[in-house]
Amino acid sequence: MARLIENVAQLLLLLALAPLVTGVIRTLKARLQTRRGPGIFQPYRDLAKLFRKGMVIPETASWIFTAAPWVVFFSTLLAGLMIPMVAADAPLGLFGGVLAVIYLLGLGRFFLALSGLDTGGSFGGLGSSREMTISALAEPAMMLAIFTVAIGAGSTGLTEIAGSAIGQNWRFLAPAQMFAFAALALVLIAETGRIPVDNPDTHLELTMIHEAMILEYSGPYLALVEWAASIKQLVLMTLLINCFWPIGLQPTWFGFGALQGIGWLLAKLLLLSCAIVLLETVNAKLRLFRVPEMLAVAFTLGSLALVSTFLF
Amino acid sequence: MIGELFLSGIVVWLAGAAASLALWRRPARARRVACGTALAGSLLDLAASAAAISGRSPALIDLPFGNSIFSWSIRIDPLSAYFNLTLCVLAAAVSVYSFGYLKEMEGRRNLGAFGFFFNLLLLSLALVFTASNAFFFLVAWEVMALSSYFLISFEHEKEKTRNAGMLFLIMSHAGTGLLLIAFLVLASASGSLEFSSFHLLASSLTPLRQGFVFLLFLFGFGVKAGLVPLHIWLPDAHPVAPSNVSALMSGIVIKTGIYGMARVFFDFYGAPPMWMGTVVLGLGVASALLGVLYALMAHDLKRLLAWHSIENIGIILMGFGAALMFRSLGQANLAALALIAALYHTLNHAIFKGLLFLGAGSVVQATHTRNMEKMGGLIRRMPVTALCFLVGAVAISGLPPLNGFVSEWLTYQALLAGFGTTQSLTRLMFPIAGSLLALTAALAAACFVKAFAIPFLALPRSEEAAEAREASNPMLAGMAVLAVGCVALGFGATWFVRVFDPITQQALGVRASLALVTAHGWALSPGTAHGGTISTAGIALLFLIGGAAFALPLALRWKRRSVIGPVWDCGLPGLTADNEYTATAFSKPLRMIFSALYRPRREIQAEYEVSPHYPSAIRFESEIERTFEKRLYGPLRDRIMAAANRMKGIQAGSINIYLAYIFITLILLLLFGVRG
Repeated sequence: MARLIENVAQLLLLLALAPLVTGVIRTLKARLQTRRGPGIFQPYRDLAKLFRKGMVIPETASWIFTAAPWVVFFSTLLAGLMIPMVAADAPLGLFGGVLAVIYLLGLGRFFLALSGLDTGGSFGGLGSSREMTISALAEPAMMLAIFTVAIGAGSTGLTEIAGSAIGQNWRFLAPAQMFAFAALALVLIAETGRIPVDNPDTHLELTMIHEAMILEYSGPYLALVEWAASIKQLVLMTLLINCFWPIGLQPTWFGFGALQGIGWLLAKLLLLSCAIVLLETVNAKLRLFRVPEMLAVAFTLGSLALVSTFLF
Repeated sequence: MIGELFLSGIVVWLAGAAASLALWRRPARARRVACGTALAGSLLDLAASAAAISGRSPALIDLPFGNSIFSWSIRIDPLSAYFNLTLCVLAAAVSVYSFGYLKEMEGRRNLGAFGFFFNLLLLSLALVFTASNAFFFLVAWEVMALSSYFLISFEHEKEKTRNAGMLFLIMSHAGTGLLLIAFLVLASASGSLEFSSFHLLASSLTPLRQGFVFLLFLFGFGVKAGLVPLHIWLPDAHPVAPSNVSALMSGIVIKTGIYGMARVFFDFYGAPPMWMGTVVLGLGVASALLGVLYALMAHDLKRLLAWHSIENIGIILMGFGAALMFRSLGQANLAALALIAALYHTLNHAIFKGLLFLGAGSVVQATHTRNMEKMGGLIRRMPVTALCFLVGAVAISGLPPLNGFVSEWLTYQALLAGFGTTQSLTRLMFPIAGSLLALTAALAAACFVKAFAIPFLALPRSEEAAEAREASNPMLAGMAVLAVGCVALGFGATWFVRVFDPITQQALGVRASLALVTAHGWALSPGTAHGGTISTAGIALLFLIGGAAFALPLALRWKRRSVIGPVWDCGLPGLTADNEYTATAFSKPLRMIFSALYRPRREIQAEYEVSPHYPSAIRFESEIERTFEKRLYGPLRDRIMAAANRMKGIQAGSINIYLAYIFITLILLLLFGVRG
């Protein structure tokens, strides 16, 4: 029963918080570029509007096109329930650890890439091809960084990983942790489609990846895909901050601690958002064929992290 | 009881082979008899191996035949039973499929001969997995190689097919030669050809001889398994065979190499030296990565699947390598985990690769081409085939909650646990191998996005694809069985791991399933102190609940608000199949990123009439270098040919001289014998 309440609470938190994070990043970015920006609640208004609208289904599309948004949405949510957000105890930790999180996100990506090719337009295929390429190249770096963390905790279970980090608030200064953090941060940028890998704000054909893949979606399905994308971003950000920087993470979900945990989570998310905004603003988008170099840097950082677990 | 069941299966296959050969003038009857006996034999042996493996005590059945020099002994121990089970599940599905698949060949090809070799192949496979005498094993091994050769070369009027068959035959025999030497070394140490006398024997040899025998076995079996760099025959041979044969070849014939390695590594050897495990792990990583990288560049649907067989053999060998290393380090529990990961993946690969090849067979039969660029839109014309192929694609990409994910997860856990087992630098191999496994799996997912989307989605790219017809019912039934297998082995992982208890008990003295299954049978854990858990059943259940409670009702409601419209075509007059993304275009980024490996070559010829801005025709050609053939086997072949040329001198062609050679050899052998 307690487990069920935890799951429902985390589910609601994921659904509610994800658009806010996207909104905050957008507004902060606008302010840094001396624009006013649409306000942090704009993503909620966008979603609400999209859910009320009708939609156009391409005449060339098959059932894959309608199934994909659901697969993406559910697999992202399931991944979100397997990570520690407020408390170290991941609500759905029994069903899978960090490997399941990565592979569930992979399942969503697989179906989204299929849907991009399903419409028969050139843009969808372009987006699918690039998305699968970049995510494949990001994978080894991500795995090395995660192995470093998992080896430290002796488990791939996120409950155990976060639990072993509690109380060691300055552990992130250890070389292995810093290297692994840097590697994962680069992977996070690639996976969430942020500058310098992809530009979430543009629909310019030469530069886009994720937006090209979902070009044919409209109405409620577009809302599902966008919502899933922001939940994925939240999941990866939370994974990053709670594994490396456990400050304020509660042992369990219950009592007054939960409120405190949510407070800390919001504060840490805000800080990471600021970092992302800064990174996006001072960098230009990379050419597609320069992205592998960035991911190679991430892989090297991951290897360094691994080596430094027993050198230092 | 188990022995009788097994033998009756063998007899049914033998009778089927003879009967279909006798019926070669009546194609329809030959087809029914051949497929019927293949199915019946598979089911009988399935019952036998299931009974042998489910028994609480290890089932050992000795069926002594023959005389004292060559005993034709058969022994079904848990390892044999497991591979036999894999064979029979796949063979049963392929037999059902063949009822429909072969129908089109009636009257055009000799189905009697096909049925003969098909049943003979199944028979020899079952004997390879159960023979417990080196001589008998090699006989079964040769029968298997020859019957696969005839099945590969079935469409022998094409030159490509003949060449591929010949390459297979040469490579296969080179491998058999290595095995023969290895078995002879062991036999000279034990004084017997029985496998039971080889038990733990290899570890008692001198280190040099031990390593020599190990490498002979590794490469001898590696040829059959398609281990890089001995894989070159595989991507040529598997696509040219009829698709039901391809399914057997990729699903189970290459697994005989895996079986042989398992038999040698975990039966003949005790705790091996550390370097053996590292060699196997390293070759596994190389096979996995190169297999998937070349698969990405293949646009022949069946060739793509063949390259993925090399990838999956690599993943299996990563498990074996880790298990060997853990054995050297005295970690029996971890060795059991790694061995289970490898064996689980063996069965999984047999099932999803069989499924994918059968699906490819249906597609090729419907479109009359293996080139993916000429397919497209088949999901509307062939909905059931498409669904089955999708299940196989998700499974082989290692995505939850299907079976490929479970075995890859177990492999990750084994590799991850390896880091803490030793203080030497070798431990770095484990996480590096793990991260490269992640790369392999992600590239495989990219490849199967291509392999499913290009043939099945969007608009048809050719007339044949536009008029494709759904496969016949037996073919669909064969695929459906395997698709259900992918789902069952994924959801039911916690229930299935118990099967491995007798195997690990025999090989390593450990029963692992109690440690692996937690949370009242809901979740799988690596069995280490506080390792992570996974529950594919739980994930699947939540997907189903979400789908039934939210997705279905909402999708129906939204459907009423939707309109069908054209795809955005940049304002051009209408979207055609020419605007679609092709398989070549899809893999272009990876071709550029890994160009150092592929060394791609492309040629563009354009013809102009008025101005260079308006070409009237463009010819585009692109190919990648066959690196291994060119850089490794090319020089080797040249050396062999040069040596053969030099040998010409002693081939005078006169019978007297040959008799003299024989006489001299005899004298030398006699002298050698007297001296020894």
